[in-house]
Amino acid sequence: MTTAVAVRGRSQGDAVAQTMVLARRSLLSTWRQPQTWIPAIVFPLLLAAVNSSAMSRAIHLPGFPEVDSFLQFLLPASLVQGVMFGGLFGGAALALDVESGFFERLVASPVHRSTIVIGRVAGATVLGGIQALVFVLVFLAFGSPIAGGVAAVLGLVLIGMVLALAIGAFAAGLGLRTGSQEAVQGMFPLAFILLFVSSAFFPTSQMSGAYRAIAENNPITWMIDGARELVITGFSFADLGVALAVAGAMSALSLRFALRQLDRRLAASA
Amino acid sequence: MTATTPTVAAQRDAARPRASTLVIAVALARRYAMGLVRIPATLAPTILMPMFFVLAFGGSFHGLTNMPGFPTDNILNWMAPFAALQGCAFAGFGAALYVARDIETGFQDRLLAAPTPPGAVMLGPVLYAAARALLPLAIVVPISMLGGARLQGGPLGLLTLTIAAVGVAVLASLWGLGVVYRLKSQSAGALVQIVITVSMFLSIGQVPLALMRGWLHAVARVNPVTPVLELARQGFLGPVTMQDTLPGLLVLVAAGAGLGLFAWRGYRRLIP
Repeated sequence: MTTAVAVRGRSQGDAVAQTMVLARRSLLSTWRQPQTWIPAIVFPLLLAAVNSSAMSRAIHLPGFPEVDSFLQFLLPASLVQGVMFGGLFGGAALALDVESGFFERLVASPVHRSTIVIGRVAGATVLGGIQALVFVLVFLAFGSPIAGGVAAVLGLVLIGMVLALAIGAFAAGLGLRTGSQEAVQGMFPLAFILLFVSSAFFPTSQMSGAYRAIAENNPITWMIDGARELVITGFSFADLGVALAVAGAMSALSLRFALRQLDRRLAASA
Repeated sequence: MTATTPTVAAQRDAARPRASTLVIAVALARRYAMGLVRIPATLAPTILMPMFFVLAFGGSFHGLTNMPGFPTDNILNWMAPFAALQGCAFAGFGAALYVARDIETGFQDRLLAAPTPPGAVMLGPVLYAAARALLPLAIVVPISMLGGARLQGGPLGLLTLTIAAVGVAVLASLWGLGVVYRLKSQSAGALVQIVITVSMFLSIGQVPLALMRGWLHAVARVNPVTPVLELARQGFLGPVTMQDTLPGLLVLVAAGAGLGLFAWRGYRRLIP
């Protein structure tokens, strides 16, 4: 009772400070486990290298967006793919906290309850921004120009961060619900499916039938197409807005889900 | 009395007919198959992943058939064998992962301590992988047919696809076993999976050699997965020919011998 009153009585400043500390912890623990984030960078880059070499001639197909190279077309897809996988593993770390008992120790301490989720997700968000920047730099180094210049690069990093927040929060919520890292990592194929049934790897104009209809109505397509316009056409607030709106909506839903799962777990352990 | 009892028991054991390598291997394969049925979490990816592969590759890359020089006008004719082989490679990976779990739980030690022929313990998961390969095949082929794919090579085409599919599952399981026997942990799965995935993608999986450019063309040309894919795919693109069959068969036999030796040496290390 005393603890609850004390927790409620703490200032907003305390919550921010606690979030920063937990976010720092999240970033450090991720950094110290390269097996969690290296595949999220290497695998999309490898897939991009293979696809750009295998499908380089596809850019001459009628109806294909005007791009310098297939690599340029793939940049937003690789970025989104890497950030999604990174966010998933980042959020899964909360499940590890549950498994290892660290979550219980946090709950026993006088921290704002929501900072347990927000701190973890904030770490994943920063990681998403770093990942996005790495992807942009690697693609630039391999001759994939970004028509929108520095503004587009900043936009892509921002999209990466908001998307990482969405995926990280979803994974954190799932981790809180199941308390199992394995269950969270089991969502990996779902992320892959969402990405494949979109314009990520090939334009929807080149698809047909029901698959095309699903891909055109997949919000991931809207987000990737918005990001892609920044890369191949130039910077525009409208395109950035569409991509951010999709990532933002996903973030809002995921955060709500994660905070609900936190309440549920706290109620169960009370 | 106390001195003679073990001798009598030993004589009785010696007189008892020992089960053959194949009988024990089949029993072990059945055990792994039961695990697949009893744990739905492992059955779902086995069924869903090949389905996803064929739909995703077929749906996403439909436009590739409009490229001049692409050998078919229905993308499923091209992607279905690739999806089937990927599913089969995962079947082999799954078998190796079961063994890794057995090593971690100590069950593998009990198998090694039992009076079983040494080859049987390794052959069991390989047989399981070969049998499990039929599952993705049974899913991918009908779905592709529904999507308009045609087995122009007829029953021979289906036979070459089946040989390639089972062969890939066996090779993947041997590779996985070799790694797992050495690293003795389920975490070895990441290494097994990465090598399988990369070798599948650095081949003619997505587009034919003639349409590739640069480094990928050079790699795919010498990648042993390429002739195996040609073996699997030929029935979907036209009649079955010796030219497309022999190289794939040779690769399966040679890689089977090499990876078999790799796995066997790893297995021997487990024996104290």
